[in-house]
Amino acid sequence: MGLAAAIANGDARAASRLLSWIEDGDRRAAAELKELYRLPAPSSVLGLTGPPGAGKSTIADALVGRYRARGERVGVLAVDPSSPISGGAVLGDRIRMQRHATDGGVFIRSMASRSWPGGLSRAAADAVRVLAAHGCRTVIVETVGTGQGEVDVTRIADTVVLVCTPAAGDKIQAIKAGVLEIADIVALNKDDLPDADVAARSIETAFRMRPPGGWRVPLVRTRARDGEGIGGLASAIERHGRFIAGGGILGRKRLANAAHHLRSIVRERLLEKIAARLPDDREMERRAARLLDGSIDPYSLAEEIIESL
Amino acid sequence: MKKPIRVLIAKPGLDGHDRGAIVVAHALRDAGFEVIYTGIRQTPEQIAATAVQEDVRAVGLSCLSGAHLRLFPRVVEILREKGAGDILVFGGGIVPEEDIPRLKEAGIAAVFGPGTMTAEIIDYLRRSIT
Ligand SMILES: Nc1nc2c(ncn2[C@@H]2O[C@H](COP(=O)(O)OP(=O)(O)OP(=O)(O)O)[C@@H](O)[C@H]2O)c(=O)[nH]1
Ligand SMILES: [Mg+2]
Repeated sequence: MGLAAAIANGDARAASRLLSWIEDGDRRAAAELKELYRLPAPSSVLGLTGPPGAGKSTIADALVGRYRARGERVGVLAVDPSSPISGGAVLGDRIRMQRHATDGGVFIRSMASRSWPGGLSRAAADAVRVLAAHGCRTVIVETVGTGQGEVDVTRIADTVVLVCTPAAGDKIQAIKAGVLEIADIVALNKDDLPDADVAARSIETAFRMRPPGGWRVPLVRTRARDGEGIGGLASAIERHGRFIAGGGILGRKRLANAAHHLRSIVRERLLEKIAARLPDDREMERRAARLLDGSIDPYSLAEEIIESL
Repeated sequence: MKKPIRVLIAKPGLDGHDRGAIVVAHALRDAGFEVIYTGIRQTPEQIAATAVQEDVRAVGLSCLSGAHLRLFPRVVEILREKGAGDILVFGGGIVPEEDIPRLKEAGIAAVFGPGTMTAEIIDYLRRSIT
């Protein structure tokens, strides 16, 4: 039996193996994904993003608990940055979620951001479909919001929750620049810390200046470690879900994301194809000889080579 | 593209000392491994289920509570039940020399005592995982 069929049969090991193939860019993944994409997408993909240590995993854990109480299967994809030096990573998001480890209705996968050709979103979008095929109707995607990560999460999530903390007070200025635009909901976590009120006011102000788009970004104050405010967050998430489902917003969002995903697959395949036809090192050197005596410049020569491909 | 090896570093047992486990996790990261770290006080059931979901090639167990003779073999047993007996299980922490043969018999591939250099563990994993 292929992995796709085994996954549809509920085989967790098959799901985790296919997730590895996706991460590794293994050629065998495509055949399995062709089958999996015939199965329905998850009904809801929730993105959790925000600065390191804001409480994203703790919130994910609490939300998983709520969804499980309703008997739903949940998937979590927790993305952490890879070390740019060694290429390795310590993936510690599970620490906050281990009470669900033995629950067959929860599938948690840690992913290092690595440096995928199609960016984080291509691999993560495929991974979401693996979790969906495993039976997870809701999938939570956690990414650290440090730059690239936040933008990518909008490419896979229907609803994006920006998690921030009072301690990040001075960083809110920085957050304003990019991250606020992608937030559908802001969770001000660690509401027990001093200056929570100040932080709440400054976030409220930041959103007031946002051009009206029909959806008013709600601010939800949480103390995830104590499980407080999670009910309010869950209902804000549901409200946003209803909002985008009405008026065709969800459909447009998913279409734009599907097109983005398609483009990254096409680009990746094209690059592979072209790379295979490029002259090898020896041949390049042979051609480059003309550069040294000044008989041609590198740009004209490059155009010649491209024409001849 | 280079494919990092995924390893789970887990702490079974009731002791709360994770210094050693964290040192190993960081050393492995610096050697290019992807390390899933799950924190202290994990049951063998949690560890095995995590190893399966994370599709790791190896599980490193660190136990300082003295319960390794019960806990380490139990992890191997559950992995085998889950059809994941191919995942390499190694151990460390405070394990008396005389317990090592029994652990190896139970399927623990290697045991690293206190004072093991992290380079030794890295070498071992690179040699054992192809
Ligand atoms: N004071 C306080 N601490 C909290 C709260 N929620 C979470 N924490 C703590 O904040 C720390 C980080 O929590 P995580 O959930 O791991 O945060 P994260 O955003 O997932 O972190 P990274 O994935 O490393 O970026 C942990 O020690 C939590 O226990 C809270 O409401 N109040
Ligand atoms: Mg986290």
